[in-house]
Amino acid sequence: MNNVVELKTASLMTVVTMRLGRQMLAIPASALREILDPLPVTRVPTADRSVWGVINVRGAVVPLAELRFAFGIPEEPATEASKMLVLDVDVAGEPIVVAVCADAVLEVAELDRHTIEPLPPKGSAWPHAFVHGVFRTPKGLLLFPNLGNIFAAQASAAGTALAS
Amino acid sequence: MDDDMMTVFRQEATDLIESLERGLLDLADQPEDRDLVNAVFRDLHTIKGSGAMFGFTDMAAFVHVFESAFDLLRSGQAAVTPEIIRLSLSARDEIIGFLGGQPDPEGRREAILAALGAAVAGVGGAASAPAAPAEVALVPVGGQRLHFRLLGNALALGARPDLLLNELRELGATDIRADLSQVPALDALDPEICTIGWSMCLPAGTSRDAIDGIFLFNEADIRLDPIEAEAPAAPVVVAEARPVSVPVPTAKKPVEDAPVTADRGGATMRVAAERLDHLMDRVGELVIADARLLQLAQQSRDPALMAAAEEISRLAAGLRDTTMRIRMVPVRSMIGRFRRLIHGLSETVAKPVNFVVRGEDTELDKTVIEQLADPIVHMLRNSMDHGLETPAERQAAGKPAEGQVTLEAEYSGAEVVIRIGDDGRGLNRDRIRAKAVANGVISADALLTDAAMNALILEPGFSTAEAITELSGRGVGMDVVKKTIEGLRGSIEVDSVEGRGTTFTLRLPLTLAIIEGLLVEVAGERFSIPLAAVQEIVELPPDKLEADGGADFLDVRDRLVPLVRLRRMFGSQGEPDAYQTVVIVRAGDTRAGAVVDRIIGTNQIVIKQMSRLHAGVRAFSGATILGDGTVALILDVPHLAGVGQGVDDRTRGAAA
Repeated sequence: MNNVVELKTASLMTVVTMRLGRQMLAIPASALREILDPLPVTRVPTADRSVWGVINVRGAVVPLAELRFAFGIPEEPATEASKMLVLDVDVAGEPIVVAVCADAVLEVAELDRHTIEPLPPKGSAWPHAFVHGVFRTPKGLLLFPNLGNIFAAQASAAGTALAS
Repeated sequence: MDDDMMTVFRQEATDLIESLERGLLDLADQPEDRDLVNAVFRDLHTIKGSGAMFGFTDMAAFVHVFESAFDLLRSGQAAVTPEIIRLSLSARDEIIGFLGGQPDPEGRREAILAALGAAVAGVGGAASAPAAPAEVALVPVGGQRLHFRLLGNALALGARPDLLLNELRELGATDIRADLSQVPALDALDPEICTIGWSMCLPAGTSRDAIDGIFLFNEADIRLDPIEAEAPAAPVVVAEARPVSVPVPTAKKPVEDAPVTADRGGATMRVAAERLDHLMDRVGELVIADARLLQLAQQSRDPALMAAAEEISRLAAGLRDTTMRIRMVPVRSMIGRFRRLIHGLSETVAKPVNFVVRGEDTELDKTVIEQLADPIVHMLRNSMDHGLETPAERQAAGKPAEGQVTLEAEYSGAEVVIRIGDDGRGLNRDRIRAKAVANGVISADALLTDAAMNALILEPGFSTAEAITELSGRGVGMDVVKKTIEGLRGSIEVDSVEGRGTTFTLRLPLTLAIIEGLLVEVAGERFSIPLAAVQEIVELPPDKLEADGGADFLDVRDRLVPLVRLRRMFGSQGEPDAYQTVVIVRAGDTRAGAVVDRIIGTNQIVIKQMSRLHAGVRAFSGATILGDGTVALILDVPHLAGVGQGVDDRTRGAAA
């Protein structure tokens, strides 16, 4: 019985879609711990702006990351729709908990893995390492970020930012 | 046997082997001490027993012979010699090999046992083979009758009545009879409960101690009656009528506990370290919740609520202290390793040494102890290998041929100070300088104080040993030691007098989990500074409000303290107001004055590690959650002091 379920999920993937600026991003539901209304953020001085703060998620100190900088998306003032998504991500083989900011959380969707498309070679400002690919949906282009690579880059950026 | 039992067995065996080593090393110093011989014997006996129970029959056989040698020592038929200790230590190492499933193709184990047997026999003058346990052959004149019955689920815990009977036979037991009076009908029989009792004749001279020794690890109801003249005429199978005392153990211990605590006096309990960590986490959360409650209570100004909150606060503090105390482990627990190491190294490098340990009872958090062992091993190796001279060199220098290596631990405020020192040749500063210049760590004309020069040996890739020896200088340098110590929020310093010796001083926090913090505010943001590192708090004089170029120092009672302006370091917004405060912190011998906007107060902080995403942020050693639920970052004092000294800039400038 389990096998049947696995076969089905092998090609179907549940994602939560979120918005950053005008771009839609897909976050795998399996990586998502919870969605929170924005919490007070403590700035971490000297840290890279892509991981500029920490928040208290029920007693755990969790770093707050901005995905927008990885894709050159401009900052937006916080609104009612702003959310924080707490994620479990494998970074270089080690699981870490990290929260990311979203300008809005849109919906839960099922995507077929086979419909993923590579980035267009031209006309994209997105670093290829940060993207698994894109999905074309009726509502527009849905970006599927490579969270592991983004956070790995942030972890090392935080180190080099200070050393240089 | 399931895996859990196996894990417990291995843990216990490891403890026993450690205890065994400790006992043997103590015995090397005090060969006359019978209690030590007995302790070693008991350890061996337990290892043998539980080893056999868990299927390590080869090991049990090995330990049996080992134990027999000690039985001769115990009975005074042989005396302890250094040779016996040396062989016993080797034999002890082989037990680890057995547990690890290592084969012994060269027959090393046999050789050790043979040598041990010969050593014991040779000294005692008795020709008795070590494999044969000492026979106590006393004629049963008059004698006494022993009745015993194993209690509780002894069988389930691995008790072996057959082995007990064998040991009793060795004491001279005769006329052994089984008492079947308590055996229930088959359908009521619980195979894990030993319903059979035994009785036997023992020689008159048999002491109660000898009997108790056999039952040391078994919960048994033992009765000893003098034998009346007609006693031997007992019925073949004891009749129903014979009253059997209801088993009431004299001193009932928790059963799981019995095999390990036999030699430890007070009742102890073995708890998985993980559970202690969980407990600590919970207590940490409680401390945070307590801070929040206290804050709310103060806002409400309701006296009843405030009283209740303060009561809870007091209880939480007590719980915190108790929990932290549970996690405290004496330095002694790792000393055994070190003594063995020194013992072995002393032979390898042919440098006789007197290893002095002081303050073994000083306690540290178990995490600190665990992580401290390797760095200390490294420093001791250094002392033995590089520090101490050869006996000839020492005598030429007018020193006693026997070197001295010391390890001292003591409390100093909220820290524990550990000093590892030798009375050897000391650091050769010319060679350190040459090496540092060659490696580009400093420039050829750099002027360094002695302390700064000494500190260079803590830099990466720094080994002044001329030759890589078996002992040290294998690329794992003092920089690794330094990194480990700093990872424990500690510091390390080097003192050395040429020709007189070198001392490493480690300063470590008592605990890693909860500390007292000084909460400060910088441009509306709050930070915590470990209170143990705070020396004093002074007002920033108005003429120092602005940094005046290169020399940003504050004169504190005739000592210049470099200022670290946190607003600038943290890129804070806004202008400082006219009244700034300087928090003077100390890391080792280095001081720095952190300029903050204001002091909020002291509080208990539960340290949370920074995420790996912030691994590069060196200004903070962790984070904590405040009473209002927001996160405050904990300033890393060694880093702060380093920034103050400009050490960072200088080394970086020189390296570039």
